[in-house]
Order: sequence, then structure tokens, then C-alpha cells
Amino acid sequence: MTSGRSLGFYLLLAPVLLWLLLLVIIPHIDLALVSLRERVGVGQYAFSFANFLTFLNEPLYLVTFARTAVMSILATFITLIVGFPVAYFIAKMARGKLQPILFVLCLVPFWVSELVRTFGWMILLRETGIISSLLQWLGLVNGPVELLYNDAAIMIGLVYTSMLFMVVPLVTTLSTLDDSLIEAGYDLGGSSASVFREIIVPHAMPGIVSGCIVVFMLSLGNYLTPIMLGGKDSLWFTELIYSQFIVRFNWELGAAFGFMLLFLSTAIVWVALKLTGQSLEKTMG
Amino acid sequence: MIPTIPQNRTMDIAFKVYVTLFFVYLALPLAVNAVFAFNDSQFPSLPWKGFTWNWFFGDAHPMIGVFHERPILRAIGTSIFIGVCVSTLAVIVGTTNAFLFNRYRFKGKEFLYFLMLLPLVIPGILLGVSILVFSSSIANAMWDGFKWDIEALRPGVLLVVLGQFSFIATMATLVISARLKTFDKTLEEAAMNLGADALTAIRTITLPYLFPAMIGAFIVAFLMSFENFNTTFMLVGSDAPLTIAMFDRLKEGSTPLLNAVSLLLMVGSSALALIMIAVQRKK
Repeated sequence: MTSGRSLGFYLLLAPVLLWLLLLVIIPHIDLALVSLRERVGVGQYAFSFANFLTFLNEPLYLVTFARTAVMSILATFITLIVGFPVAYFIAKMARGKLQPILFVLCLVPFWVSELVRTFGWMILLRETGIISSLLQWLGLVNGPVELLYNDAAIMIGLVYTSMLFMVVPLVTTLSTLDDSLIEAGYDLGGSSASVFREIIVPHAMPGIVSGCIVVFMLSLGNYLTPIMLGGKDSLWFTELIYSQFIVRFNWELGAAFGFMLLFLSTAIVWVALKLTGQSLEKTMG
Repeated sequence: MIPTIPQNRTMDIAFKVYVTLFFVYLALPLAVNAVFAFNDSQFPSLPWKGFTWNWFFGDAHPMIGVFHERPILRAIGTSIFIGVCVSTLAVIVGTTNAFLFNRYRFKGKEFLYFLMLLPLVIPGILLGVSILVFSSSIANAMWDGFKWDIEALRPGVLLVVLGQFSFIATMATLVISARLKTFDKTLEEAAMNLGADALTAIRTITLPYLFPAMIGAFIVAFLMSFENFNTTFMLVGSDAPLTIAMFDRLKEGSTPLLNAVSLLLMVGSSALALIMIAVQRKK
């Protein structure tokens, strides 16, 4: 550790400052300024909260906002519940060569782009798709069934697309849990349920928290999955931001929407960190 | 619930069935996607009309394969170009950041580290729009003040590179820092005792040690860049990278051509991932 102010120090400091200032901090300040102005004439703007008032007074915007938040929280819980047993199996029950193989198999789907994964689900779920054909062939339904363009399809896609970010931190924390602690739990008369509640879950907490945060952020900020699996009326908040910026060219309102999204994600992550006593540096770094 | 504890047999079997079903769920969309690249039909859906290579090598309408489809090839080229630029920048900045955060103590270091992590938790669409707004603010100011029209600051390849770099750099920093933390600093001191100056010691001892992590960071950065959608979508100009070009096609309706592209992507990214695993093994 050096604490001198050498030339080397400033040369190393420059890239990180340039990156964070020019690409993250100043653009967000600029975005905040844009969200706080109102067009009063051609090329003339005045400071106002009009964009945020528009957001608060339009039920469609509020509904979409709340819906995106609730669906993202739900997707996070489902991902946790689906992924936990698998992570536990990989970390604690798989033996020998099986363990690294299963772990890599978990990673494989995420090496390809989200678009490819979502397209796969479209082929499976749509009216002319595989599952619909299978159901007809089995005689369970009479005509083609449309399984795409509903909330369940969005949920399947969101859970699928975020699974990796839940399983990896869970496997990492669970594999540091010593088997003898679980054995001790049973020796002391604990049932499977109490061992799970008192030993496994508390130990896995850092992994659970960081997995949940990442999955939640990814779901909230997702655009592709809700639009492709949920259709045009999927009412996802990122869709509103996109359409204000690109389709309507109302950057002021779009910027205000962007800040609402940032506010929502920060608030929920902050609450989650406080409730579980974790910190951002610990869970991410 | 561990192998050394005797378990109820039905529970054990149920657990294994569940894990198997989970992997079927993971594989299913990719498998159907790949299989329909070979369907001799205009649509990636049942019925199966026979096997064909035309969606890869076909050169006549209506079955023009990937290798004869100019716009798709151009989009792949754009994606590779953007990916290489982003990864190179991210590895350079990631390496300087690793040295900064590992070797120096300075005021506000914790705060700077916290700021450095932020791009990972800011929704990608927001990084995109904020850079879009900021760059057009600059471009407009340049036009109003000096009548300079700076084309590079309008949506296009440069903005896509900057937008993707803004969060991929965090990932590269974390990967390279993790490796630098395990470096034994006495090796550098030994080199300096033997007469090397500080820069030579870093160049000949420390950087070779970091090399596997730098390659790893480069590949992960390239994959992240190649598949990025949210940030790219807000900053893209007329030169669309592959994910955007595929998305536009999907909106118009899909043909097995897209399955063929998807299969190529799966093969390509698996190959890169295997290279990365091989490099990491050599540590």
C-alpha cells in the first residue's frame, strides 16, 4: 500500500474518474435536469415538476409502474424457490465429477444472448408452437392454444433468463457450509425442517440476498422478455421509457420515467439490504 | 439432506427428479431453437418437413441461408467490432482500476469503489438513455455555439461502445482485481532488489501473472457486449449490431433463418467459454 501522490497514482486515477464522470455521473445529472424541465415554447424550457406530475396523474403510468414492481418481486421469489433446491443439490449432494458438470450445465444457457433464449420460448409457447402441438396430439385440447402473450409466459421467461444469477451465488455460499454443521444439527435432534431453517438458510443468506438483488434488478430493467413473450400490451415500465424516447420523442417525460425506475430499484434494493443487514460492497464486490 | 445422513428414499428420488426436470427446463428453449434451424419449412414450427442445410448455405429465394444474407452478416461484423472495442477498453481500465484499488490508499477510496460498483445496479436502459441525453446535449451545444455538427455524438457505433463500456468496465475491474489480490507482492520486490525499476517489475512479473484474468475478463466482456440489448437499443444508429437486427426481424415474423443464426451464436459463445475455462485452468 502506497499513500504517496506520485505521477503513477494520478495516471491510475484518471481512467476511473473519466469513466465514472463522463459516462455515469454527469449523464445522470443531465438526465435529472431534463426530467425537471418543461417545454414552454420552441426551444425554450422552464424548470418544473410537470413531468413527474404527469406520471402521478396518469393511472396507466402508475399501474404499469406498480405492475412492473410486483411482477419483478414475484419473479425474484419464484427464481429463488426454483433455484435453491438445485443449488443445494449441486453444492451439497452431487459427488465427484457430477458437481462441476452440473454447475457448468447451469451456466451454458447464459452464454447465448437473451434474444436467442426468448426466441426459443416463443417457438415453444406460441399458437403453432411445440407445446400447443403436443397438447393437441395428446388429445387434451381440441384446437391450437395460444400460450404466448400472457403474464405466465412473461414470468416463465423472466425466471428462465435470471436463473444463473440466483444459482451461482447460492452454490458459492452453500458450498462453504461444512457438512459437520448439518450432521450436528441432526445429532442434536433437529428435524429436516429445523436444520433447514436454523442452519442452511442463515448460512446461505449472503448468497440469497445478492442473488435476489441481481435477479430483481434484471427483471425490473428487462425489455426483451416482457415485450416478446407478453406482446404489445405487456405493460412493462421500460417499454414506456423506450416509447417516450424513441417513438414519441418526449425526452422530458421519458427522463422522468427513467428516474422513477431508478428510484424504485434503489428503494427496493436498499430496503432488502437493510432488512437482511448486508451491504452493497459485500454482496457485489 | 446430505449424503452422510440416511434419507427417506421417496424424498431422495423426488429430489433427483426435480433436479432433472430443472435441467430439461434449462435446455428446452435452446434445443428447439437449434433443431428448427434444420426444418425444411418457411416457419420455425411443427410439422417437421424434413432436414435441410438451406438455412445456412441456401442462396436462392425463399430459403436464403445465413452465409448469403448480407444484412445479417453485416450485423455480425458490427457486433464483433463493437465487442472488440468494448472488451479492449474494459480490460485496460479494469487493469488500471485493479492497481489503483489494490495498491493505493487515498481519501475517498471507499466512496470511489462504491461509485465504481454502481453501473452494475443501474438498469441498462437508464445507462443508455442518460448517455443518449448527455451526448446530444453536447452535440447541440457544439452546434449552437460553434456550428460544429459532430456526427459521432449522435446515436451510432461510438455511443453503443461507450454505453456498453460504462457497465462492462465494472465487471472487468472485479475480475482483474480478484486476481491481483492473490498476487504475492514480494515477487515484485525481489525483481526490484535484482535491479529492475518499478515499471519493469510490473511489466515482467505482475502483468504476466494477471494475464489469465485479463483474457478471462476480455472474453466475458465480449460475450456481454455481443448479447447486450437494453443499453444498445437506446444508442443504436443505422449500423445495427446483431441482437438489434434479429429483434427487428422477429417483430416482422420469424423464419428458420433466425434459428440458424441462433445456433451459430450458441456454437460461437460455447467455443469462447471453453477457451476461457482452458485459460483459467492454466493458472
